[in-house]
Amino acid sequence: MSVKARFIIAAVLSAPMLAEMILGPLTGWKLPGHTWTMLGLTTVIMIVCGAPFIHTAWAAFRNHHANMDTLIAIGTSTAYLYSIYAMMNHQPVFFEVAAFVITFILLGQVFEEMTKGRASSAIEKLLGLQARDAEVLRDGEVVLVPINEVTVGDIIRVRPGQKIAVDGVITEGSSTIDEAMVTGESMPVTKKVGDAVIGSTINKTGAFTFKATKVGEAALLAQIIEMVKNAQVSRAPIQKIVDTISNVFVPVVLIIAIITFVAWYVFLGADASQALMYGVAVLIIACPCALGLATPTALMVGTGRGARMGILVKNGEVLEAANNIKTVVFDKTGTITLGQPTVTDIIGDEKEVLLLASSLEHSSEHPIAQAIVDKAASLGVVPQKITRFKAVEGKGVTADIAGTRAFVGNVKLLDVQLSGDLAAEMQRLQNEAKTVVIVGRAGWVIGLIAVQDVPKKTSSEAIAILKKRGLSTVMVTGDNQRVAEAIAAQVGIDEVIAEVLPGDKANRVTSLQQSGNVAFVGDGINDAPALAAADLGIAMGSGTDIAIESGGIVLVKNDIMDVVRALSLSQKTFGRIKLNLFWAFIYNTLGIPVAAGLFVWAGLTLSPELAGLAMAFSSVSVVVSSLLLNRARLA
Amino acid sequence: MEKLLVAIGAALVVGSIVWWFFGKHTTTEKEADMSNDMQEVTVTVSGGYTPNTVVLRQGVPAKIVFERKDPSGCFNEVVFPDFGVHEELPVGDKHPIAIDTSKPGEYTYACGMNMFHGKVVIK
Repeated sequence: MSVKARFIIAAVLSAPMLAEMILGPLTGWKLPGHTWTMLGLTTVIMIVCGAPFIHTAWAAFRNHHANMDTLIAIGTSTAYLYSIYAMMNHQPVFFEVAAFVITFILLGQVFEEMTKGRASSAIEKLLGLQARDAEVLRDGEVVLVPINEVTVGDIIRVRPGQKIAVDGVITEGSSTIDEAMVTGESMPVTKKVGDAVIGSTINKTGAFTFKATKVGEAALLAQIIEMVKNAQVSRAPIQKIVDTISNVFVPVVLIIAIITFVAWYVFLGADASQALMYGVAVLIIACPCALGLATPTALMVGTGRGARMGILVKNGEVLEAANNIKTVVFDKTGTITLGQPTVTDIIGDEKEVLLLASSLEHSSEHPIAQAIVDKAASLGVVPQKITRFKAVEGKGVTADIAGTRAFVGNVKLLDVQLSGDLAAEMQRLQNEAKTVVIVGRAGWVIGLIAVQDVPKKTSSEAIAILKKRGLSTVMVTGDNQRVAEAIAAQVGIDEVIAEVLPGDKANRVTSLQQSGNVAFVGDGINDAPALAAADLGIAMGSGTDIAIESGGIVLVKNDIMDVVRALSLSQKTFGRIKLNLFWAFIYNTLGIPVAAGLFVWAGLTLSPELAGLAMAFSSVSVVVSSLLLNRARLA
Repeated sequence: MEKLLVAIGAALVVGSIVWWFFGKHTTTEKEADMSNDMQEVTVTVSGGYTPNTVVLRQGVPAKIVFERKDPSGCFNEVVFPDFGVHEELPVGDKHPIAIDTSKPGEYTYACGMNMFHGKVVIK
């Protein structure tokens, strides 16, 4: 029988007794057949609704274990059996205690099931995202196949509004795609031929075909689900203390209850029924479920919320580590900066310089050429036809355009000296650690283009927030000192460690650890040793290339603000665990003395029914407190 | 006189609680049965996990079959934090859980509320 059914039966059968308890003193109304009716109702409740507690308590007892069922079983049976004894001796009975306690405990369990279901819903939500079938090209025809029959290399067609089945690369067409469910990125992303698409995301506007690259367990969403699953069952180290306590908790409570009874009955001269009520109240108030729920529910909600934002926290240990970070170390390229050069300045006539440069660089794959072509495209400059193209290794390119010889390249490409103005501009740009290319035609220099691997839009904001929180920020890079310092100044980073060999980053992290715990933020693919060496490794991925193994926290999006959010989320979650544990402990440490009648002199007592109600709501309050993490402000 | 008897009785009960719950008691241990390059062991879930410790051979694919007889909500789920397993155990069902035996060591598992514990030894 389900907990809910048991609760309903217990509630219905308890109702007449509750009516008598409330109406009795006011109107003198009594249940027909008074004690006999109570005996009947309570007996049914004990057998139908209470028996599972007793069954478990007995099975646990045989294994030298005790748990909350032990406390409930002993508490309610004591009240029930004593009432039968009292009934035979014509003394006051309290069957309603057993009935009410069972009803309230079951009520608590019903609530707990409901709220716990909500706390653990993150995985189901992620699983629900997965596509069920795909339109695959087989032997020249498009056929609908179930998702598990899609293999790597399949060409899949996606129409507007459809769910993309698996991870892959676009082979034809373009579209905007809503990736919010996987990356947390709220704006739809534009994708064209050659761009990676993520399985389970939703195609918005265009139709396209793509080639499957990752299916089944290798797909991004499957990996995310696996990681969230692992995180949710992991234990924060703080849990060890809780385990030790809960192992001895129940037997100790049993002993306290016996001592309470003896103290009241033998030494304080209370009558047996009164003494018994104190003992029973102690048993009921002490149920340790709030303690058991404190860590796992907070972990579930915290990691689940992270997953929805594209922040994957590996386990509880990571959450605890994120809590006392003093220094955040960033990799430069691809973490603070975009990882590829962008045009920052154009000296001379903008359109003319760009037209010439982009025409010459159009077919080149050099990153600087790419930056120039992208810039031209963004301004609507259409490259012109060129002939007699020639690339000069390490210097630049030359070609004929509209009958004249044009060139794009560095100083080494030129024999001539720059004019005074241009030379000064070039010096200024180089001082800003920018790479400058010279653009000219027919032996004349017509302008300069400066490119730089610029910081991401959110980098300086994120770093400012971290600094405001009292964290020191460090940038480690293999680049030269000048470039590193220029970028650091732009984003406001405290300390720069430049010219570090890739293998040496981990050592730098280790030496920074001398002055407190260090978090390292890197791209997860090249920075694995440093990520592992740090107290907390935060791996930034971009789209499908997340390296799950390397970091304690993996950011699906390539946005540095997520570092701030991840640290916030970890701290909030861990804080919530501590708060939950604090309340669960306080609740028991305060509740037991009150239930034992220690504060009778102050008029403060706790009847077993109230204890049952309070105990039911303590577990619910812990779960609700964990659920509130979903609303906590981050960053 | 009656009160004295109650006090003595209570002292005895307290003593037996201490002995029963905190005394050293042998835990049950069982090795998995091997068949066709697979190993399998059944754990009964009733007020605890019996046998409490199961021993698995390293490198051999293994299954622990949980047979839940106990309806208590405490045993709704079984959690292996080291293996990322968090599964529901339906009452009366035999629920197999695959265990990764690639790394030797001692791994504990617990019920959803982490009140009852069992152990897996891989060697």
